[in-house]
Amino acid sequence: MAAITHVNELPAPPRRARWIRHLIRDRRALIGVIVLTIFVTAAIFAPLIAPYDPNAMVFGIMDGPSWAHPLGTDDLGRDLLSRLIHGGRVSLFVGVSTVGLALIVGVGLGLVAGYYGGFLDTVIMRYIDLQWAFPNFIIAVYLVAVLGQGMWNVIAAVSLAFIDDFARVARGMVLTIKQEQYIDAARTVGVSDWRIMWRHILPNATAPLIVQGTVSISFAILAEAALSFLGLGVGVETPTWGLILADGRTFISRAWWIGVFPGLFIMLTVLSINFVGDSLRDYLDVREVKDEGA
Amino acid sequence: MAGYLIRRLIGALVVMFAVATLVFFMLRFLPGDPIATMLFELGDAEAVDRLRAKYGLDQPIYVQFWKWLGRVAVGDLGNSIYGSRIPVSRIIAESLPRTMSLASLSFFVALIIALPAGLVSALYKHTKLDHTVTVIAFLGLSMPDFWFAIVLILIFAGNLQWLPAIGYTPLSEGIWAWLRHLILPAIAIGTPFAAIIARMIRSSMLEVLQMEYIRVARSKGLLTPRLIMVHAFPNALIPVVTVTGIALGILLTGTVVVENVFAIKGLGRVLIQSILNRDFPVVQGSIFVISAIFIFANLLVDVLYTVIDPRIRYD
Repeated sequence: MAAITHVNELPAPPRRARWIRHLIRDRRALIGVIVLTIFVTAAIFAPLIAPYDPNAMVFGIMDGPSWAHPLGTDDLGRDLLSRLIHGGRVSLFVGVSTVGLALIVGVGLGLVAGYYGGFLDTVIMRYIDLQWAFPNFIIAVYLVAVLGQGMWNVIAAVSLAFIDDFARVARGMVLTIKQEQYIDAARTVGVSDWRIMWRHILPNATAPLIVQGTVSISFAILAEAALSFLGLGVGVETPTWGLILADGRTFISRAWWIGVFPGLFIMLTVLSINFVGDSLRDYLDVREVKDEGA
Repeated sequence: MAGYLIRRLIGALVVMFAVATLVFFMLRFLPGDPIATMLFELGDAEAVDRLRAKYGLDQPIYVQFWKWLGRVAVGDLGNSIYGSRIPVSRIIAESLPRTMSLASLSFFVALIIALPAGLVSALYKHTKLDHTVTVIAFLGLSMPDFWFAIVLILIFAGNLQWLPAIGYTPLSEGIWAWLRHLILPAIAIGTPFAAIIARMIRSSMLEVLQMEYIRVARSKGLLTPRLIMVHAFPNALIPVVTVTGIALGILLTGTVVVENVFAIKGLGRVLIQSILNRDFPVVQGSIFVISAIFIFANLLVDVLYTVIDPRIRYD
């Protein structure tokens, strides 16, 4: 006969397992993860997966979707599916790297402002408030106007535009955590400020930052697409989803697929990220994150 | 209240000053010489110097800044350096009404979609209807607005030929003509905005429905349309007004992008065209005016807040 184990004596399932169980129960998030996995894999292995060379102008001009070209060909006789698979590399890379940069800088500023307070806090937060007074996309447009086009400029512009979101979330968390006794305790035994911020405050502030990060990635992808669409993007040599869409726009009355499919790719990606983000928010029990950006 | 208003107005003016400063100095660090752009890089050195003196670009930067600020204060934003040198203020005066009509119509469209959608999904929470509304809201939030605009053109202007694909007619030429041109862009801009508001109404309505006074009324069998519309719904709208301020950013952004799809010569199109033409005075001017609209719209939302919720006093 098996020994009876009291529930409380059972080891708690590891955090990751719990997250996976939560994910499987939340159907929308599961769909999101599956779609994202496909898109990211396709982007990473684009040259292996894409059926044709994305720049080869060797097919029929504006042929509709067929077995040979599932998404049709564009106005220069290039295979649209191959172009979209390659375009996803840039779009996803820009989306993720801008948020990565904005996260590092924004969280850094928010940590320092919240932890030290005083004059430093005033200076940093005045700037953040100023930036907060603008829609992120308008800031990005202006910065691209100043910096010029090109991939690194777009990344710089979009990530700068998102800094305020992260700085605000991080500072808010620091102000709460700073009150905790274990922070006082750490300080009393002489732990350095840097170590307190890095080891004791930051790990406890990750939940809202993860949620903010997911929301921001979806807005960053939309922002890059809009910039490329307006002709302020990474440049004409690199196909991105927004640029392919802009190219197809002129011919849309004759070849709907050139305009429709790139948008569907963007929408599916952003939708999946939003599904995952929503599920993370539930799981991590984060109440309010600013629903803005773009 | 008056004191609060004055404080907020001063605050808004300080932000506008900071914006003017940032816009001025950042454009000065631009690579590329506006004078050279103006002469299409054909002018000789002497002509460049003459023009530089004419536009005051030979003076120290702080002198330029003060002069510029003085002119901005009286509404003079300089002249376009592209084409026929029209004053920036005139370009903006022409484009502003278009952007304003488009933005207000989009706002209206968004409310028409969001109010019933949010209300219905709160009243029928966790039903098929609620799930459908939620998924549609997610779709609305995830669509690139310019793409949705193109799809709308493809369907309603291309296939069905019901509405014009591009252009703008002022309201003075009849409300029907105006609406025919603006309804598609307004739907494209309003949809993501509607998605946010609908989600917000849903959660805030659910919260209100949990309140004691609603529960009491319910337990007395009073769950009537009147209870919901007169007692619950107005209270549920209060938190929604705060997000509206934030969501205005999405509305303004949408206008900037979608104007370019429908070739409506509003502020957004002026801004993008001037960036592509490297027409810096126009870039400066339109960024400045767009910021002003956003800052004052937010101020208006905050004031509206006190009107809707008499419990909030700012003094």
